[in-house]
Amino acid sequence: MSATAVREIEFRDALREAMSEEMRRDPKVFLLGEEVAEYDGAYKVSKGMLAEFGPRRIIDTPISENGFAGLGIGAAMMGLRPIVEFMSWSFSLVAADQILNNAPKMLYMSGGQFGCPIVFRGNDGAGGQLGSTHSWCVESLYANVPGLKMAIPSNPYDAKGLLKTAIRDADPVFFLESERMLSMKGEVPEEEYLIPFGQAAIRRTGEDCTIVSFGRPVHFAMEAAETLAAEDGIECEVIDGRTIRPLDLDTIVASVRKTNRCVVVDQSWSFASVGSEVAAQISEHCFDDLDNHVHRVHADDVPAPYASNLEQEMLPNPRKIRSAVLSACYRA
Amino acid sequence: MPIKTAFKTEIEHVSILDEHGQFDAKLAEGLIPDDDLLALYRHMTVCRHLDEVAFKLQRSGRMGTYPQNMGQEATSLAAAYVLEKTDWLVPCYRENAGLFWRGVPMEYVLLHWMGDERGNAIPRELFCTPLAIPIGTQMLHAAGLAWAAKYRGEKQIACTFFGDGATSEGDFHEAMNFAANLDLPVVFLCQNNFWAISVPGKIQCSAPTLAQRGLAYGMHCVQCDGNDLFAVAKVVKEAAARAREQSRPTFIEAVTYRLGDHTTADDARRYRDQAEVDLWKARDPLIRLRGLLKEKKLWNDSKEAELLEFAEREVAGAVQRAEGIEAPATTEVFDHTFATLDPQILKQRETRRTSSLGQQSGRSASHAPAGGSH
Repeated sequence: MSATAVREIEFRDALREAMSEEMRRDPKVFLLGEEVAEYDGAYKVSKGMLAEFGPRRIIDTPISENGFAGLGIGAAMMGLRPIVEFMSWSFSLVAADQILNNAPKMLYMSGGQFGCPIVFRGNDGAGGQLGSTHSWCVESLYANVPGLKMAIPSNPYDAKGLLKTAIRDADPVFFLESERMLSMKGEVPEEEYLIPFGQAAIRRTGEDCTIVSFGRPVHFAMEAAETLAAEDGIECEVIDGRTIRPLDLDTIVASVRKTNRCVVVDQSWSFASVGSEVAAQISEHCFDDLDNHVHRVHADDVPAPYASNLEQEMLPNPRKIRSAVLSACYRA
Repeated sequence: MPIKTAFKTEIEHVSILDEHGQFDAKLAEGLIPDDDLLALYRHMTVCRHLDEVAFKLQRSGRMGTYPQNMGQEATSLAAAYVLEKTDWLVPCYRENAGLFWRGVPMEYVLLHWMGDERGNAIPRELFCTPLAIPIGTQMLHAAGLAWAAKYRGEKQIACTFFGDGATSEGDFHEAMNFAANLDLPVVFLCQNNFWAISVPGKIQCSAPTLAQRGLAYGMHCVQCDGNDLFAVAKVVKEAAARAREQSRPTFIEAVTYRLGDHTTADDARRYRDQAEVDLWKARDPLIRLRGLLKEKKLWNDSKEAELLEFAEREVAGAVQRAEGIEAPATTEVFDHTFATLDPQILKQRETRRTSSLGQQSGRSASHAPAGGSH
């Protein structure tokens, strides 16, 4: 990378750049979903892609999530590399049979004969007063299923690098974005790079407590860590998982063995969740290293509320994370 | 303003060789030469015999659940016969005759129903997708395969099979809508056998024909006698040409009947009248085809006896081959979860443990608690 300042672009631009680069590189890649072509995408992620790639490769579909998910799977079985955009992962629930009962099992159930190199991507998590049916965090629900990979970038740089890896992957990848981060700006190099799956990033180093998170709540963890350092004298190590499946357990375990305390921040509900899985794995791998039980910060166990203040209260936030770290460090 | 008719249509029913042996030679012209007719009859007879043997295998504990094809053989066979070898066959699970005609070894299907994923590892060059047990999901895959063929500029089409019950699934409607709106070369071949396990057709659809369901999607629809090899061959041939030349889908309702139970886990006597079954036994595709062959002086009782012996040998051989395949090694349970297994799955395979992988025996005893030591 040159010494000159790296350009800054939005999260949505980074996603578009990843898709466009891969489409230029590989004629097997195409994008389909609701409003992705003529309308430039409901969130403008695919802006200009129809103009560059044409209607053969940028395809507007009917409002029929199960339909275009299944069509994508058929095309992937024939060796193409579809990118299926769900306007929101909340809408993927009607496609559950295709995305959970077909895509991740196709290779297995065909005795290795039919792979399914497909990317499902879209907005995950509460978008800001969208109401409960449109505010799903699907990671815990879907990560339970073997045969799929799951990436959840927290910044534009990762969005591009991880999406390019997802498109080149031979297996189905669930790619979780956040409507709340699409306008976030960040440094993204123009040159090509890929971020391998299963490699977490340490966003902040610290000796006192490890905070593990995924996607948007990584920012809340960072904010909490700064407050904890300034006001409580506690130095947190913040780990951004980047992918949920595969999970980079090695980085997490190494950190917890150093700090002896851990808080897991997961924006989905707590019961049988990504957070409970990570906590269980840490308990198994770091049992003798832990100074306290693993603490977890999740969304409250209620449907995402419509009211703005209640929604903010329901989700993980810096205050809740700070409180959990203080408890983990016996300071609460 | 006067009320005008906005749309009017009709559904054709195609029949060439009916249950009474009436044969419309004009409609049949150029469809199936006599040599092929003999081969198709032999093939159907072997498939019928396989059904009987598979049923016995299940009853004697040598096979898991098995869905008999009996009575429906003509539909998938006629389709496989008229399609190109490179066209996709996208089956559900009652299409043995068509799959075997394409070249899928009989032991694959037996192995599958004996409970082995390797039976579904159909060689890619046969262009058959795995048997699809969830109802209707494969129709969308057929639309995707057809879409991919069109995308690549190949003249390949996809023919997908499903039953009357599947036409109530969302996947059916979504696949039909996509295929019509995206101009996809798909043949939707519905085998209407009147019973979705115990659920009668009238609960699936209130319209007089299933075929007309396709009208709503703006695609060509036709009904045919599904027990009539010629009728199915004719409508599939026309649908294939429409797909190949105009990239347009067709919905075919092939009216047939499942003479056996839904599967070996079902007992159809509990919900069907024997009189209905007897009526359809008389409409058996094998009986009418044998009658035609005899009429054409191509068949006689001694040939039939020879054929039955041949069928017994063929099926016995396939059963022997399927049963001769060793059970997979238990470590193979992880194979094909992913194209490349990730470290956590590799560790599960290596340790033969799927849980508590971090708890290594002896570690707790040798390590003092580290809490507060830093």
